Amino acid sequence: MAQTIRVDGVRKWYGDTHAVDGVSFDVEEGEFFGILGPNGAGKTTLLEIMEGLRKPDDGEVSLLGMRPWPRNPRLLPRIGVQLQASSFFERLTAREQIRTFASLYGTPPAAADHWLEVVGLTDKADTRTEKLSGGQAQRLSIACALVHGPDVVFLDEPTAALDPQARRNLWDLLREINNQGRTVVLTTHHMDEAELLCDRVAIMDHGNILKSGPPAALVRGLDAPTRIGIETGTVPVDGARQLFPDAEVSDDGVSLTVSTRNPAAVLSALADRNALRGLAVRGASLEDVFLDLTGREYRA
Amino acid sequence: MTSERPLDGDTLDASTAPDSAPASAVATAPPAVVDRPAPGGMGGQGQAGRARRTTSFLSLARAMFLGFRRDRAGLFFTLLFPLVFLIIFGGLFNNTGTYKQSVLEVGSVPLIDQLPADARAELGQVFKITKVTDRAAALDKVRNGDDEAVIEQVGDRIVMHYSAADATGAATVQGVMTSLIQNANVDATGQPPKFSLDSDSVEDKSLSYIQYITPGLLGYAIAIGATFGATSTLVTWRQKKILRRLTLSPVGVPTVIGARIVVSMGIALIQTAIFLAVGAGFFGLKLSHYWWMSIPLIFAGTLSFMSIGLLAGAKAKSMEAASAIANLITIPMAFLSGSFFPLDGAPGWLQGLAKVFPLRHLNTGMLDVMVRGKSPVSVLPEIGILLAFAVVLSTIAALMFRWDDI
Ligand SMILES: Nc1ncnc2c1ncn2[C@@H]1O[C@H](COP(=O)(O)OP(=O)(O)OP(=O)(O)O)[C@@H](O)[C@H]1O
Ligand SMILES: [Mg+2]
Repeated sequence: MAQTIRVDGVRKWYGDTHAVDGVSFDVEEGEFFGILGPNGAGKTTLLEIMEGLRKPDDGEVSLLGMRPWPRNPRLLPRIGVQLQASSFFERLTAREQIRTFASLYGTPPAAADHWLEVVGLTDKADTRTEKLSGGQAQRLSIACALVHGPDVVFLDEPTAALDPQARRNLWDLLREINNQGRTVVLTTHHMDEAELLCDRVAIMDHGNILKSGPPAALVRGLDAPTRIGIETGTVPVDGARQLFPDAEVSDDGVSLTVSTRNPAAVLSALADRNALRGLAVRGASLEDVFLDLTGREYRA
Repeated sequence: MTSERPLDGDTLDASTAPDSAPASAVATAPPAVVDRPAPGGMGGQGQAGRARRTTSFLSLARAMFLGFRRDRAGLFFTLLFPLVFLIIFGGLFNNTGTYKQSVLEVGSVPLIDQLPADARAELGQVFKITKVTDRAAALDKVRNGDDEAVIEQVGDRIVMHYSAADATGAATVQGVMTSLIQNANVDATGQPPKFSLDSDSVEDKSLSYIQYITPGLLGYAIAIGATFGATSTLVTWRQKKILRRLTLSPVGVPTVIGARIVVSMGIALIQTAIFLAVGAGFFGLKLSHYWWMSIPLIFAGTLSFMSIGLLAGAKAKSMEAASAIANLITIPMAFLSGSFFPLDGAPGWLQGLAKVFPLRHLNTGMLDVMVRGKSPVSVLPEIGILLAFAVVLSTIAALMFRWDDI
């Protein structure tokens, strides 16, 4: 398959801060690729190097077979970018904003208006962008990135300011875009989002990629126990420990959690005792992968 | 639930499950092909590239102009504020030149009454003559300073009564009356007059105050508008990350700069139209024949002021800092360039210093072609100087330029 993006040994240091510290990976054509990591991991820096907005200190990037740095006007019509900080022309309405962006790419105003509708901002079309809510501005910013139908889309934390409903709608939209054959690269703090959307993720911390691969494979590779939680007090902690000697039992005062590799047995034992109040079963997730890789609890 | 429309606006229950793929998403999904640029074909070459450059140029210019038109503070300082100056200065000082002496004519004064119509009209420009019958009351009025003089004729003798308290007024009236009488005496001899006196003021005679102040204040307005226009585009666009976003779109730097230049020139033309309309409409401004030559001058001036603005914005991190720098340059420049009052009385070194400011050259040029009636070619040096300012200053600004704060 064609390599849409190749990142090879990219490094960017700011003084003592190793924002990106020698990173290599490929993104294939039509792939949905996620870059995951906590604040300051280097996601934005890496993404902006891939877009050609920053110059790497070292290493090479190839995007659609071209070099993004120095600024390459032949490449630019084919990529769409949503920056982490919304960037709008001052004192323009939402409609004027997206129409202006569309015209920079030679896209007609009708397509701009259509995109306004796609992100649900038609009734805010005449509102100045300064007066949009954070989530509305974010949606407009995403629409501005997609309006010209780019082959490769870079989104820096696209769901950061969105309410749960808008988040799900954006997921659907991004899947749809990806199904049309466009390559999507996004950064996110949310493990669940990455697991849900991405064909492959790269987990970043301190400027390095700790691990990359399909989310399911990463989780499976972890071979982590399943966690079964019930309401505290349903079963005494000591009783649970005796019942499930192979499992790890903990109680935080809200729920009692049993971590086991044999969830079926634990569940049926609990069911026999009619002790399933507040039941929650959780398999391993990318959060566990992160914990396993760094020894730290994942906090976004 | 939020009151605003969800992204794809459809059934809530369908989308509560994260990975249900609701039909709604597909229904409003983007068109499969949204004018996808032909791969590699949008590099800017060819007809399509030119067409796109034109539309992006126009839409950037439009975005900039809307940003200006909706900026109340900016509008105030570039349009209203200089205009208020014009109205105050024009209203305050413009009438002094046409102040008339008020003269009371008691009974009939044939010397005045029998003047030919054109001479009578000329006299009307300096005297406001009121016919009265009550001699005592008229003398009282002069004594009180209400009127300058009382004139009466007894046979061939003209008598003028004046108040010593208003020596200037009295002298003016006396001078005019003396010349009237002498003309009448010469006429009575039937001979043409042997000597005549043409007096000519050493000051530029066409330059009444409004003639001077309109180009001056217009120059000031243009300087403010172009300087702040360039600064604010540069600084706020950098601050709002819009410059970074633009580097990721196919528009080139020349398109962005070109759009800003065209918008600034358009604003300068609007300012010119308003100033000339107000000056001519309310304060009797008279433009000389080649006034249109001020337009290329104004364009060249706009370029040089924009380069000052670029310089002010090149390093400034915030618009506040940038406007402070821009003010520090434009305000002294306006005073030293004679925008508010003539520099004729200023010491030589100050007049020399004023030449480092582009506004000085714009003002000189505009006075020459707008009101002094000089020929169009006479201001070519000023245009050249203004363009040279623009080239030098914007080169410096380009060397200091940063795309963003990072
Ligand atoms: N221009 C810069 N100058 C100095 N340091 C920088 C610069 N840009 C980024 N850094 C540093 O590099 C590190 C990575 O920053 P980056 O913005 O890439 O993180 P991120 O993963 O995007 O974080 P977040 O999730 O908060 O967006 C941070 O420690 C940041 O302080
Ligand atoms: Mg970031």
